[in-house]
Amino acid sequence: MFFALPFLGLLWRAPWGDAWSLITSPDTLDALRLSIVCSLWSTGLSIVFGVPLAWLLARGRFPGRSAVRALCTLSMVLPPVVGGVALFFALGRRGLVGQWLDRWFGIRLPFSTPAVVLAQTFVAMPFLVLTVESALRQLDRRYEDAARTLGSSRWYTFRRVTLPAMRPALIAGAVLAWARALGEFGATITFAGNFPRTTQTLPLVTYLKLESDPPEAVILSLLLIAVSFLVILGLRDRWLGGFTSGG
Amino acid sequence: MRLAARVGLELGSLKLDVEIEAEPGEVLAILGPNGSGKTTLLRCLSGLQPIDRGRITLGDRVFDDPETGAFVPAEERPVSVVFQDYLLFGHLSALENVAFGMRARGVARGTARVRAREWLERMGLREYASTRPRELSGGQQQRVALARALATDPHLLLLDEPLAALDASTRASVRRDLRDHLAGFDGVRVLITHDPLDAYALADRVAVLEAGQFTQTGTLADVAAHPRSRYVAQLVGTNLLRGTVTGTAFAGAGGGSLTVEAESDGPTYVAIPPQSIALYNNPPAGSPRNVWRTTVVDIDAHFDRVRVTLADPLPLTAELTTAGLAALDTRPGDSVWASVKATEITTYPA
Repeated sequence: MFFALPFLGLLWRAPWGDAWSLITSPDTLDALRLSIVCSLWSTGLSIVFGVPLAWLLARGRFPGRSAVRALCTLSMVLPPVVGGVALFFALGRRGLVGQWLDRWFGIRLPFSTPAVVLAQTFVAMPFLVLTVESALRQLDRRYEDAARTLGSSRWYTFRRVTLPAMRPALIAGAVLAWARALGEFGATITFAGNFPRTTQTLPLVTYLKLESDPPEAVILSLLLIAVSFLVILGLRDRWLGGFTSGG
Repeated sequence: MRLAARVGLELGSLKLDVEIEAEPGEVLAILGPNGSGKTTLLRCLSGLQPIDRGRITLGDRVFDDPETGAFVPAEERPVSVVFQDYLLFGHLSALENVAFGMRARGVARGTARVRAREWLERMGLREYASTRPRELSGGQQQRVALARALATDPHLLLLDEPLAALDASTRASVRRDLRDHLAGFDGVRVLITHDPLDAYALADRVAVLEAGQFTQTGTLADVAAHPRSRYVAQLVGTNLLRGTVTGTAFAGAGGGSLTVEAESDGPTYVAIPPQSIALYNNPPAGSPRNVWRTTVVDIDAHFDRVRVTLADPLPLTAELTTAGLAALDTRPGDSVWASVKATEITTYPA
């Protein structure tokens, strides 16, 4: 009930007659395009940096490992706005790192599309890291031993044995991270601002419309729900459902 | 290439300290109960576990020598392993499993596949090339695992309980197949098992591993005739006592005495076949010189045979027919007379 009621509320208030014209309006399409592009970028970044990080957390033996994991979990439970503020003071024009980026390379991250990607990655990556890390921990390492006795180097073993075995977890983690990135609001609006076509993602438009044009906000909300729902459904049937790892 | 290994290793509560030598073409079985260190020993030989002390060599190649710091990791040793539950890669077909080792060593995909197919044919699995391991029977999985291990052309083949994952109905036939396939490999073969039947069917020589130490080595017939531990005595189904003999008088380490036939002096083992111990309700008349009164501890039925365990100081097991037990009419806790002929007792120095 608790989970279903809000959806029913949305469906009840939806101005179905105008739905199609609203969805296909240039503003909405721009925001939708930006949302999808940014969330895919941040999912990609999460995989590229998250998988090695998960590997280190699960297998590495280095001082401060639990601190790194705690930090990772922290950014997951942190209010996204706080994350955005933190990013701002780290990478902003006068930030800890940002001032040097500006001075040396002329890079100004805040209020740009890369800032959106960065904010989304910041909140989304922990979902992938923790999912993949827990899968790595549960993996039967004897399969990797078996590969090694067959003459397989560590990298070849990782590629041909470990990675396929954790594929379901990797996909699940990527989907979670992507869904989180798509819905990201707080960190984005704080760090990247709210500029149409460069940083105004669908959740931001939805929030603004709630004040100016509530029925449109309803439609946009439903659009967001529909996009995530379709992707998760599609993925589950193709990869997650009935997938039992055997190696 | 000859395998020579001295393995010293402390791992948790296990203290492994053994010496192995095996010739090419030979099958050495390492027989031992669970927790005796069998699998750890196999990990040391394969390079998955470095040793603390000793030296492992195959031919003139040093695999592991902590003193000089020499260590060849698992992926660089010409050593293959057939693991206990085979550990076939579930996401690869049987063919790709067999080709895996060759691919890992840089053999081109096409060549590796052709050779893997030959291996599958040799194992009688031609039509299962594209089948996933979980769709194969236990015996078929074992043959894929063996093909995968042999396809890399190893000089040493290690088999960890290769028959333990199979149910009783298929074990005998798979054991026979395994023996035939092993015969075609001319490197050193080391088999790890807790089942003396496997050792008997597959191995030329056995080494008995108990608590990290070899308690006995030799041919299986030799080991069976002269058990030197309770574990081996149980495996071969005989009674074993340890004690001291003076002339023909044996005094058990835990008390009790027996008269034996062969004269000797010093610490000794005696082995007594359970069938040679007779039980009576009343003191028997006649020739046997060893007669004593004891208590029945336990009675255990095996098909048409019954095993009766007797109390200290001579903790022996007597084997009777079901009819014999019925005539005796005894229950655990009852008092009986036991007798054994001196000629039935084997003695050998401890």
